[in-house]
Parts: sequence; structure tokens; C-alpha cells
Amino acid sequence: MLAMACLIMIVDLFVKDKKRTLTFVLTQLTLVGAAVATALTSTGQILYTFNNMFVGDLMGDLLKLLLYLTVIVVLFYSRGYIQARPAMAKSEFYTLTLFATLGMMVMISANHFLTVYIGIELLSLSLYAMVALNRDSVASTEAAMKYFVLGALASGLLLYGMSMIYGATGTLEISAVAERLISGQANKTILGFGIVFLVSGIAFKLGVVPFHMWIPDVYHGAPTAVTLFIASAPKLAAFAIVIRMLVSGLFVAWQDWQAMLLILSVLSMAVGNFAAIAQTNLKRMLAYSAISHMGFMLLGIVTGIVGGNASYALNAYSSSMFYVITYVLTSAGTFGMILLLAWAGFESDEISDFAGLNKRSPWFAALMMMMMFSMAGVPFFVGFFAKFSVLTAVVAAGNLCLAIAAVFFSLVGAYYYLRVVKVMYFEPPPANAACIEAPMDVKILISVNGLAVAALGIFPQTLMSLCAVSLLRSL
Amino acid sequence: MSGTPLLSYAIWVPIVAGFFVLATGSDRNAPLARMLALLGSVAGLLVTIPLYTGFDMTTPDMQFVELSEWIPGYNINYNLGVDGISMLFVILNSFITVIVVLAGWQVITTKIAQYNAAFLIMSGLLNGIFTSLDGMLFYIFFEASLIPLYLIIGVWGGPRRVHAAFKFFLFTLMGSLLFLISLIYLYIQSGGSFSILLWHKMTIAMVPQMWIFFAFLVAFAVKVPMWPVHTWLPDAHVEAPTGGSIVLAAIALKLGAYGFLRFSLPILPDASHELSGLIVGLSLIAIVYIGLVALVQEDMKKLVAYSSIAHMGFVTLGFFMFSALGLEGALVQMVSHGFIAGAMFYCIGVMYDRVHSRKIIDYGGVVNTMPKFAAFFMLFAMANAGLPATSGFVGEFMVILAAVKFNFWVAFAAATTMIVGAAYTLWMYKRVVFGTVANHHVAELSDINAREFLVLALLALGALGMGLYPLPFTEVMHSSVTELLRHIAVSKIL
Repeated sequence: MLAMACLIMIVDLFVKDKKRTLTFVLTQLTLVGAAVATALTSTGQILYTFNNMFVGDLMGDLLKLLLYLTVIVVLFYSRGYIQARPAMAKSEFYTLTLFATLGMMVMISANHFLTVYIGIELLSLSLYAMVALNRDSVASTEAAMKYFVLGALASGLLLYGMSMIYGATGTLEISAVAERLISGQANKTILGFGIVFLVSGIAFKLGVVPFHMWIPDVYHGAPTAVTLFIASAPKLAAFAIVIRMLVSGLFVAWQDWQAMLLILSVLSMAVGNFAAIAQTNLKRMLAYSAISHMGFMLLGIVTGIVGGNASYALNAYSSSMFYVITYVLTSAGTFGMILLLAWAGFESDEISDFAGLNKRSPWFAALMMMMMFSMAGVPFFVGFFAKFSVLTAVVAAGNLCLAIAAVFFSLVGAYYYLRVVKVMYFEPPPANAACIEAPMDVKILISVNGLAVAALGIFPQTLMSLCAVSLLRSL
Repeated sequence: MSGTPLLSYAIWVPIVAGFFVLATGSDRNAPLARMLALLGSVAGLLVTIPLYTGFDMTTPDMQFVELSEWIPGYNINYNLGVDGISMLFVILNSFITVIVVLAGWQVITTKIAQYNAAFLIMSGLLNGIFTSLDGMLFYIFFEASLIPLYLIIGVWGGPRRVHAAFKFFLFTLMGSLLFLISLIYLYIQSGGSFSILLWHKMTIAMVPQMWIFFAFLVAFAVKVPMWPVHTWLPDAHVEAPTGGSIVLAAIALKLGAYGFLRFSLPILPDASHELSGLIVGLSLIAIVYIGLVALVQEDMKKLVAYSSIAHMGFVTLGFFMFSALGLEGALVQMVSHGFIAGAMFYCIGVMYDRVHSRKIIDYGGVVNTMPKFAAFFMLFAMANAGLPATSGFVGEFMVILAAVKFNFWVAFAAATTMIVGAAYTLWMYKRVVFGTVANHHVAELSDINAREFLVLALLALGALGMGLYPLPFTEVMHSSVTELLRHIAVSKIL
């Protein structure tokens, strides 16, 4: 299955070069092809391939399908933006996107620490290049440099952690590591150190405090189309590696990583939400909001095991999975909206650029409002159920203080989302506001995206059970 | 009972109508939007009337119950039902929506479709709150109803509307988030159920009861609003458009009080008894202190807003004396306050539309130019002051009677409101309406037109009817109140 998808992509890379429309179509076809391949080969069983380097299971399949879907949507949104900017309008964008997607696929299905690492590197290297895609922009270049240096450091940490785990257990295959740990053959000290480094590396990729420094700069500095990509699909892959490495591999050492992630999670919610208040740039604000959302998502993971009792684990992990999926959906829509309002030579990434959107286009203002309320966790939007399910997991674990802290930070968060709504509805539009000129397909797609946020908020059950079932069949 | 899902109609008819109104789009189609909104609100009112006519007064059980699965993963059900307490509010809310649509008929000139749609959607959400029998469903309606009101204040409000809208939203959200955690806690303690009726029967130890009580208290006290978390209300009232003020005063304030009845008292009877002194104290502060604050207001809307807080103090006082008289008095007070405060805000709105000022000092001698209006305004001012034969008197009198039985000094403090309330309302009335014509604005005033007459007459009918013959209101609530008291009397500590 994986081989199929890889093959299509690599062949595809050589085929296309000239016409950009062709590239676009081919890229989309590749993704659809990969999706079909995944769907067809999905058996619901746990299968190991390539010398146990990869695993195919329901969670992986579900995440991958969502990944393709996200990337397809992202490409639709980005197309107009890329075309309007000649400096970026090379086919690299599509190629790099595909490479990054491949990296994420590898991450999602990895059954070996090294495979995880390869996936992360493939993703990261593509992203570094994508951030710098706008060669003439100082901000972009700076963001890319920063991302690259910090990212390389994080990869180093991750690799160091993996080597220690190898030292402790004598294997890097995730399922084998788990077996050795259960039989008690591991050296506890080295394992502990290894986990510290591993968690740091993961925290960097997730972008949680204190490994979050790159997020605001990269979100802000990167071309919006790239930000959209970074802010959506990789979160799915990051969630997958957390589950694979920590839950599947290091389940026995839950005390170590759970405590670390707990601190990271609370810090992220605090820093992310408070820092976001001060932002005037929408991309930067959403960057901090992403930090806080990842912190919230981690809450579900840290409350999975209570005092060695894993009976709540499934609920907790599936609530996190639900959270991350809905976050990706909402985030894609929000950045899509920024892209929709941008036109050649204008970025539309300041919050004030949204002023009076209700006057200019009530429909898109309403969609954006739904996204914002969803992110703030107000019902009837899907963000509410995401928060609700994670909070239920936290309370079920008996950690009431943590739940109170989480809602307190959500309250802080509500303030800045409301500010965007305020700007759109309560303020007059700027004098130079242009009409929204976007192709019909983007308009329809973004409407579907927005309505999905509302519809999943009214009927969240299907997605919730999908998450639960896929985790049940995979762990 | 018939099988028609009346309560679902009560919720969804206004919401669907709201989306239709929204679809009319730009202000060019304003007449269509207004007609649709009126039709929607009247239809919304009509579907609630069978709730009263078909209501069985002999049983305290929930009626018109609807139950279907919504999110089985968390055992959240779409579970609706009304008893004698909530039924009145559903009808009141639907009635007020008609009033609001009429009140904004000519006054609102921008984004008419959105304005009316926001009110219709909110009306449906509020009905959802009053009819939910599932804790999570309640919470979802409770919080979703913030969105339309936030927009109403922010888009059509006065000069400091942004400040007011944020304050309103964040205050309420703060309360409701702790409420959410308590709901989840109860869900887990009850073995995975969000059913409110099941929670009524559940045993909870004293310490968690206290904690949950405080969490509920924060949520509901903000909504009521009780002193000292009342500060958002004057801001919100002053900045909101007339329609927003009416809904806020008539319905939204009742949510907090309703929450006490549906959640705090029956689920946490022991904590309620333990902490009743606290609530009675806070209520008395609201009644006396806020009454005095109202006396010195220069802005009419602010004055009525503070008087609302004082009146709601009566409601919470009535609840926490745990007697049938007090509870029924408080409920009557809630309904009556819906009519009176709504009417007061409408009266101020009528003047504001003409003079564009809410300052008392800008008026004087209005009776000379608007005699018909002055007569209505007089009636409502008297009702607000608690004059016998108006609905304001009935509720206050019942609560004071209950208070005398409870503790003489509590009753004494509460009764001072009869004086203070009369003082601030009538003094304002005197300065605005009587005297010589103050300035050329007042001299140019035209009396109310037929539409305004209709609105005022409908509200007057409610206020007077309830004052002269309160039996239709009290008899439907009687068995539910008895049942509630039975719940409160039983300790839930094992």
C-alpha cells in the first residue's frame, strides 16, 4: 500500500515540469490515487511490512485518508495565491508538498523509531524549503533559517533519544521495544534519559512550550499558503507519532512521559493563549492559538493512564484524536479564509484586514465567525465537542484542577477569537477593501469547510466513533 | 398528550424562520425580511400555546417529553420536556420575541435581515434552554445563546458597544465554563448520564456538593445577575439596542434563576441549605444596595438595569427560603419582571428613537406632547414600583410574606424595596414626563403610532392581567413547586 503511494509520487515528480495547471491537476490526482490505494488496501487488521519497519492499521489508514483530504483542500486554497505571486509560481510548491505528504505518511505508519525519524526529516526538509519559497522576502528567509536551525537541533535531540532507547532496550522496532519493556529487560536510567530527549523532540515538532519558539515566526514569515499547509496536515502526523512512539512503544514507561507532557501541555495553554492576545497579525495570533490547541490536545494524552490503570486510555486518546482532526479542519478553513481575502500584492493577514467583512460579504463573514467560535469552543460548533471530549477524559481521570486550568485558559482564548469577530462585524470596512475575487471552486470548498465545522458540531458522533474504533483496532 | 413534538417546534420554528430571514439578504429586501420575521415569531408563539392549553396541572412530571439519541458515545440525548415552571418561560419567551420584532420594525435601519434573524435564532435557543432535560443539551443551548446576543449588542448597539459586548460575553463564559466541568463531573459520578432528572435522584457527598454548588453559583449568579458579579448588566443594557435590552431583561436574566431551580436546588439540596444564608445575604444586598444605586442614575436605561438587578434579588431570595410561597412568589416575580422590565426598556426606546438621548436631564414635560405614551409609561412605572393590581406587586408581596415567616429582619430589609423602588422609578418618571416642556426636542415629540401602541398594549395586558388575576400562572406551577420542595427537603448524603 505504502509502496504504491510512494511510487506514484516519485514517478509523478519526473513527469511534470512545464505547465502549472498540469502540475496542479497531477498533484491532486496523485493524492486521490493515494487515497484510493489506502482505502482499498485497508483491511482493518494490523499488518507489518518491510521487515516490520511499517505498520498498517486502522488508525493509520484513517489519519492518512484525512491527511490526503487536508492536502487536497490545502492545494485548492493555495492555488490562486501561488499563481498570483510569480516568485513562487514554480512547480516546487507542489513537488515539495508531495514530499512533505510522503514524509507524513511515513510518520503515520512507522513501526520503527528510525522510520519515524526518516518521515520527520522528509517532512521537515520539505517544509524548510517551502517556508523560504518566496526568495525575495526577508521575513520568509529569516523564518526558514530559524526553522531550519531549531528544527535540526530538535532532530538531533530526537535521534539522541532514540539512540538511548536503543541502548536501553537493544532494539528500535516500536513493537519490540514495547515487548522488552514489558518483560523488564530495559535499563531504567538510560531509558529515562532517552524519553526526555524523545519527548523534547516530539514537543518541538508539535510546537508546544517551551519548544514553541519557531511557531510564531514561521507562521508569520512563511507565505500564507505554506502556513496553511504547516498549520494543518503535520498536526495529524505529529499526533500519530506521539501515539506510535509513546503509547505503543513506551507504554510501560508512562509515568515518565506523561508527567513531562503534562507540564508541556499546561505551559502551552498558558503561553499560547496569553501571547495570542497581544498579536495584531492574524497569522501570528493563530500561531499562538495553535500552540495552545496542541497543549489542549496533549491533555487527552496525559490523562490516558491513571495510576497504572489504562481503562480510560482509549477514551482519552480518541478524544485527543478527535481534537486534532477538528483542529486541522478548522485551522485549514481559517487560513483558507486568509488566502481567499488575499490577492496579488496584498496579504490580508492583519486582523484589521478583516474589518467590516460582514458588510463586504456576509456569507464569508459568517463562515469565519463559525471557525472562530469553533476554535473558542462555543457550541454548536465542532470545537466545543473537541474540548468537551478532552475535558471529559481529564475529569474522568480525576484531575479536576487540570480541567479548571484548561477552561480558564479557554476563557482567555475566547477573548482573542472574539476580537476577530468584533473586527468583522462591529467595524466598518476599510476604504481600500476590494471585492473577494476567488474562483468558484475555492468559494464552494471553503463554504463546505465552514459548514462542516457547523455540521460536525451538531452531529459529532460519527467522527467520534471513527476515532474510537480506529484506535481500538490499532492499539 | 398528543404525539406532536411541540417543544421541538418551539425551538426550531423560530430558528428555521431566522435562517429564512437571513436568506433575504441585503437591506433592499427589508420589508420582506420584516414580514418573514413577524410571521416566524408569531408562528413560534402559536406553537407554544398548546403547551398551556394541553398542560396537565395535576402532575409534577415532565410533560410533552421528547427523547432521542444524539451523541450515544457520551450518552447525550436530545431530551426535552416542560413542567409547570419552565412552560411559562417558553411562552413568555416566544411572546417577547414577537414584541421585539415589532419593536425593531422601523427603528432598525441597517442589516435588518441579520437583526431579525439574530432575535429569532436566539428565541429558539432560549426555548431550548428552558426545555432541555439533558444537562449537556442545556449547556449547549445556554452557551450558544451567547452568540446572537453578543452580535446584537456589538452590531446594533450604542457608542461603547464593543466594550459592553465583550464584557457580556466573557463574564458569562467565565461562569459557564466552570458549570461545564461540574456537568462533566456529575456525568462521571452518575455512571455516565447527562439526564437532569436522574441527577435529581443521585446521592452526592457534602464536599462535592459544596464545590458543585459554587461552580453552579458562579454560572447562574453571573446570569441572574447577583451582586457582586452584576457589573456587566448595566453596560450591556445601556449599549444594547432596544430589542436587545428587552430580551436581556425579560428572558436572559431568567436563565440564571431558572438554573438554580433546575440544577442547584434539586441536585444539591444539602449544599443549598448549608449556603442559603450566603444567597439570602447576597440577595438582600442586591435588593437594598442596588436599589439605592438605581436612585442616583442619570441614564434611564441604567436606572432600569439596576432596578432589574434589585428585582432579581427578590427572585433569588424567594428561592432560598425553601417555602412554597417564596418559590411561587419568585416565579411570579420572574414572569412579571419579564413583562415590566421589557416594557420599561421599550418605553425608553420609544423616547430614545425620537430624541436620541437616554439622559433623564434631556427630558421633561413629555406628557404635554405624548399623552398616550405617558399613560402607558405611568402604568409600567407603577408596576415596576410594585403597586398593587399590577403583576409587580403580586410577586414581591408573596416573597415578602414568605420572608416574614423565615426571618423578620430579612423581610424588613426586603420590604424597604417597596419604598426605594417607588422612589427611583417615580422620581425618574416625574422628571421625564411631568413639568414644563424642557427643550425643543421634547416640544417636537410626536405621540406613539399604532405599532408602538400595539406593543405597549400587549405588554400592559400581561402586566395588568397577571396583577389582577394571577391564578392562571400560579396554578400551573403549583404541583411542580411542591415536587421541587420535596426534592430539596430530602438529604442526598448517604
